Amino acid sequence: MATAADNKIAGAAMEGRLADNIVHFARVLRKAGLRIGPAAVTDAIEAVQAIGIGDREEFYTALHATLVKRHEDNAVFDEAFRLFWRARDLVGKMIALMSPVVARHEEREKRKAGETRVSDALFGKEDDRGQRDEPDIEIDARFTASGSEVLRKTDFAQMTAGELAEAKRAIAALVLPMDEVRTRRFRRSTLPVAIDARATMRQAMRTGGALILPRHRAPKTVHPPLVVLADISGSMSQYTRIFLHFLHALGEHRRRVHAFLFGTRLTNVTRQMRYRDPDVAVEACSQTVSDWSGGTRIGETLKEFNRLWSRRVLGQGAVVLLITDGLEREGIELLEKEMDRLHRSCRRLVWLNPLLRFEGFEARARGVRAMLPHVDELRPVHNLEAMADLVAALSGAARRDAGDPRRFLPAV
Amino acid sequence: MAYQGGNIPQSIDETQEMLAAGNYLAGRPLATVLFLALRMKRPLFLEGEAGVGKTEIAKVLAGALDRPLIRLQCYEGLDVSSAVYEWNYPAQMLEIRLAEASGTTDRGRIEADIFSERYLIRRPVLQALSSPDGRAPVFLIDELDRTDEAFEAFLLEVLSDFQVTVPELGTIRAGEPPIVIITTNRTREVHDALKRRCLYHWVDYPEAAQELEIIRRKVPGCNGTLSRQIVAYVQKLRGLDLFKNPGVAETIDWATALTELDRVALDPETVSDTLGTLLKYQDDIARIEGAEGRKLLADVKAELAEAG
Repeated sequence: MATAADNKIAGAAMEGRLADNIVHFARVLRKAGLRIGPAAVTDAIEAVQAIGIGDREEFYTALHATLVKRHEDNAVFDEAFRLFWRARDLVGKMIALMSPVVARHEEREKRKAGETRVSDALFGKEDDRGQRDEPDIEIDARFTASGSEVLRKTDFAQMTAGELAEAKRAIAALVLPMDEVRTRRFRRSTLPVAIDARATMRQAMRTGGALILPRHRAPKTVHPPLVVLADISGSMSQYTRIFLHFLHALGEHRRRVHAFLFGTRLTNVTRQMRYRDPDVAVEACSQTVSDWSGGTRIGETLKEFNRLWSRRVLGQGAVVLLITDGLEREGIELLEKEMDRLHRSCRRLVWLNPLLRFEGFEARARGVRAMLPHVDELRPVHNLEAMADLVAALSGAARRDAGDPRRFLPAV
Repeated sequence: MAYQGGNIPQSIDETQEMLAAGNYLAGRPLATVLFLALRMKRPLFLEGEAGVGKTEIAKVLAGALDRPLIRLQCYEGLDVSSAVYEWNYPAQMLEIRLAEASGTTDRGRIEADIFSERYLIRRPVLQALSSPDGRAPVFLIDELDRTDEAFEAFLLEVLSDFQVTVPELGTIRAGEPPIVIITTNRTREVHDALKRRCLYHWVDYPEAAQELEIIRRKVPGCNGTLSRQIVAYVQKLRGLDLFKNPGVAETIDWATALTELDRVALDPETVSDTLGTLLKYQDDIARIEGAEGRKLLADVKAELAEAG
């Protein structure tokens, strides 16, 4: 294997084999998780021909511009480029990777982002990821909250056909507050809202201009983007499965849904949730998230969301759905500040709190009291056994004061 | 072989020279990508934080190549009638009345008269596809992330084949494909299908030396000590995890403000008085106005003194 790869790299200087090498390089990137189509590879070859090989940096830029389409892929590309196009060092690198003693030192000291994936892709190292034991977790942490970070993986029971059908029914019935926004686009209308000059003129042409009858149009309304931030810490663990199925069904039903899970750290699972099959999606999610049923750091994770994601996903009048029990122990000031920032960055902030199933709930927990003034609506869930309950809680706004967060604050 | 204004640059060096002539300092990577975009006749997709000079590239390019700049500012709900074309309806109505008055009854004739180029109002996309003197314009699609997916999908036809279809007139194809620059601030993920048709480049904040040179060119009145301090301060600010890092545009504004105030060096009062030109979020300003900002300034001064 060493000689074969070596030959390929050595051939990089030769004109004729350059194309082969770029194709091979693209394949490595694809294996490492970048989405590269055949057209991009053709572009890359064309680009390299256009600049002519000479300077390493220019060569890098040419490949980068054609093969990388997302800023997040930068780290992987950097690492792959360094490994792949460095003929001299490659042999040494491979020896280092093959021999366990040396490799361990290397890994500990300078493991860059994306390196594991790239070296897996490059050298085809089948690791034992599949065989790693995933511990069965049976911890009842429903009424506790802790700030310590426990990283765990978890498994969820698969969805039955009945549940799936029920989930779809439930989501179809979901009516979120302020769920329609007027856009500046129009659709045809039979009501005389506004004259559609273009349609009027086309219609008039059918009669040769003898009869100009007005056609009408009305502004189109669409669902605004929905951003869901769901708490998966220990105190919420019994609901996590429902959340995941809810998120998945939501993503199938509506187009612009962004899903984030948080415990002690924030994970964006939007892409994972796009899988068609709910079980595959939930499985992909549980692979990605590393802090299942651990502690909570709501303030910290909200801060991370605000800083890294809010400007990217909260555009175009997004509604934020925050699902958490609000049991935060430390950093109440931070929590309050970040809730405030979140509230100001979105159009509407809806908080869904499963703790509210208890009659006579009053906001005594400091975290809950810090959060309440900054939400537009607070939705209680009396009995969160199935997704229908979740949907009913989110939809039901019959009474005007039902969602008013202030009524839960203890009278001063 | 120095670069001649008005021509497409023939090498990466020439591209860099061309941008520098327009007072735009580009790093080697950006010059390479731009050269490739011009050579391969592909749209250039620029992504990056606000204020790093994405839009400026298109302006400088249009100036250097001596071509018209057509700008399409994207916004939510941007539709065909404001982006591509619109018919001049009042004039069309008038035309119909005139036809009636003169007794024309031939339907085909009236239709051809009404939907003729005379009554076509050209919006940016259509303008970009026409090159009256054989020189294709520079077409800047600014802040694409502000519009919605529907418009993005429409752009696919424009960007891959450089043509649009007007139902009444037929397909309009560009004689010479325009030089397309697309910018986004990443407030929304743009679909892969669109990115695939473009060359992608992430515009980053410039290095200290480069930023210093930018200040020297853009704010000629700013003295050497002050501009070195400004650049060192801003570079340090970007490492602080602020809610919004200051871009190059903010650095230039700040340098201009300090020059206008006749300052020759940074001091804590001046910094906190003028911080509004640099930072745009109250949280960030409050943070830098306090002890953290003073420490930063002291660090910058110590480092510059050490360097001589």
